[in-house]
Amino acid sequence: MTIAVSTGPGRPAASEIVRRLPEYLTIWVPLLLSAAHLIAFSLWTIWISFTPSTLVPVTGWVGLRNYSAVAASRNWQIALDNLLLFGSAFVLLSLATGLILAILLDQRIRGENLLRSIFLYPLAVSFVVTGTVWSWLLNPGLGIQKLVHDLGWTSFRFDWLIDRDMAIWTIVIAAIWQSSGFAMALFLAGLRSVDADLIKAAQIDGAGAIRMYRRVILPTLWPITITVIVIQLQFAISTFDLVRALTNGGPGIATQLPALVVYDLMFQRSLLGRGAAAAVLMLLILLAVLLPYAAWRYIQRRRAKHA
Amino acid sequence: MRDRTFAPSRILIYLIVLLIAAAWLAPLAVVVLNSLRTNEEIAQGSMIGWPQHLAWSNYAAAWSGFCVAETCAGIQPYMLNSALVTIPATVFSTLLGAVAGYAVSLWRFRGDSWIYGIVTLGIFLPQQMRLLPWTIVLRDTGLMNTLTGLVVIHTIQGLSFTTLFCRNYYVAIPQELIRAARIDGAGFFRIFWRIILPLSPPILVVTVIWQFTHIWNEFLYGVTFTTGQQQPVTAALIALSAAVADIPQHGVQSAAVMIAALPTLLIYLIGGKYFVRGLTAGAVK
Repeated sequence: MTIAVSTGPGRPAASEIVRRLPEYLTIWVPLLLSAAHLIAFSLWTIWISFTPSTLVPVTGWVGLRNYSAVAASRNWQIALDNLLLFGSAFVLLSLATGLILAILLDQRIRGENLLRSIFLYPLAVSFVVTGTVWSWLLNPGLGIQKLVHDLGWTSFRFDWLIDRDMAIWTIVIAAIWQSSGFAMALFLAGLRSVDADLIKAAQIDGAGAIRMYRRVILPTLWPITITVIVIQLQFAISTFDLVRALTNGGPGIATQLPALVVYDLMFQRSLLGRGAAAAVLMLLILLAVLLPYAAWRYIQRRRAKHA
Repeated sequence: MRDRTFAPSRILIYLIVLLIAAAWLAPLAVVVLNSLRTNEEIAQGSMIGWPQHLAWSNYAAAWSGFCVAETCAGIQPYMLNSALVTIPATVFSTLLGAVAGYAVSLWRFRGDSWIYGIVTLGIFLPQQMRLLPWTIVLRDTGLMNTLTGLVVIHTIQGLSFTTLFCRNYYVAIPQELIRAARIDGAGFFRIFWRIILPLSPPILVVTVIWQFTHIWNEFLYGVTFTTGQQQPVTAALIALSAAVADIPQHGVQSAAVMIAALPTLLIYLIGGKYFVRGLTAGAVK
């Protein structure tokens, strides 16, 4: 019996375990803390969502009552409508902006690095900062509308920030500005990895630049497109800081989003059970996006393995 | 391509790109210019304009003068709070993530892929699902409204990203290297110190920049778990906007916004390449 070769699946001797205790602790403590908090916290929140908890968590069972209360509230319904509009407009427009920027930067232009940095810098800044700045620019009494008025065009109107029907679009604008660069970076990487032989073959066939993009290059980008869509949707679903700084959900509750409803229920109205239910609903919306994506990735990978 | 440099289509491409770039820079330019205009000057016109005189005093007032919620110490204490949360949490989460990434990719142990899979789920789990449990944990451990509480949260939650980054980098190291070292009698820590760490600087830079930027910019936990003098700078900025809503001080406020954004902007300017690498590495998870 030797104790030196105990790294396999065999059972190490007790003295070996003691000797390697620091190693086990270093490996397991951080990983277990991380994994355990994820599982325990998720279950905890799910459990609270089924209890009648208000100011403090209490035991008890109310079934789906918290969920039906949240789903029936005007706040949540507006938040869902807004998420649908904001999510689709933001994802489509940032995708389009990112793709256009990537194609433009792919034309061997000078100063590409500088330009790329300019389109990406908003991602390094806090949403609180950018939301605040956009709230100034879009404020009709301070920003763009005021500037145009001062220049003499006094009938000019750009007051979406205080317009109930249009306010959600101010969030779309700020979000596009902040994260189109991300789509651009991924698309640009995709454009640069298109097979050179493919392009050469198309050139020999006499394809012009526009046809080349439409027929040869863009079709290779669709896996990246799906990844970008999923990540942008994930961002849209959990948007909180940006709205808090830009409109704070207003005017009234016109720009309410699910993450704001959760915060409002938990910490401003002290309805913990309902807040937890809203958080679980957010998670379900997210899973509706992520699970199909995970399945798709799995199939892609298996196909790649068999090919 | 040289001969096509001055073709009309090339000029059009440059024109469009430069226009969009100008639009992207405009918000930054507006804040920088406003931070140098006096409050009165902004009140007379709009927030978009050229400073008449450079009002550097805005920065002094923003740093240590104006009042947030009845304390008049400027943004300085909140910047310090953010630094005291961000720096330790970045260091801890990066170090622990490097060790964990090494353990699951090269050292291998029973259950490694399971636990790694669970840890990376943390990248997707919304913060809202953890808000209540963290509230209760912080309250019961006496860490509510302390910077230590925020450090603990960001260290544990950061592990999902840091472990993923490091693991994906370390899997490229050949397993034989580790096997040979183990036959020579090197243990877990020795291999990490002698072999892994010297190979790690590129991924550690990516991880540190990523963590620093995210923790500095974080708002939800800061505003939920701290109040008053304990708040990080992002939460203080929101409190400031609410405080000056009655008497507008947009010059000073712009300077405060600039100061709050400066640490992550500077890191982006210096290490932009690594920041983008983290961004795209997170995307292909």
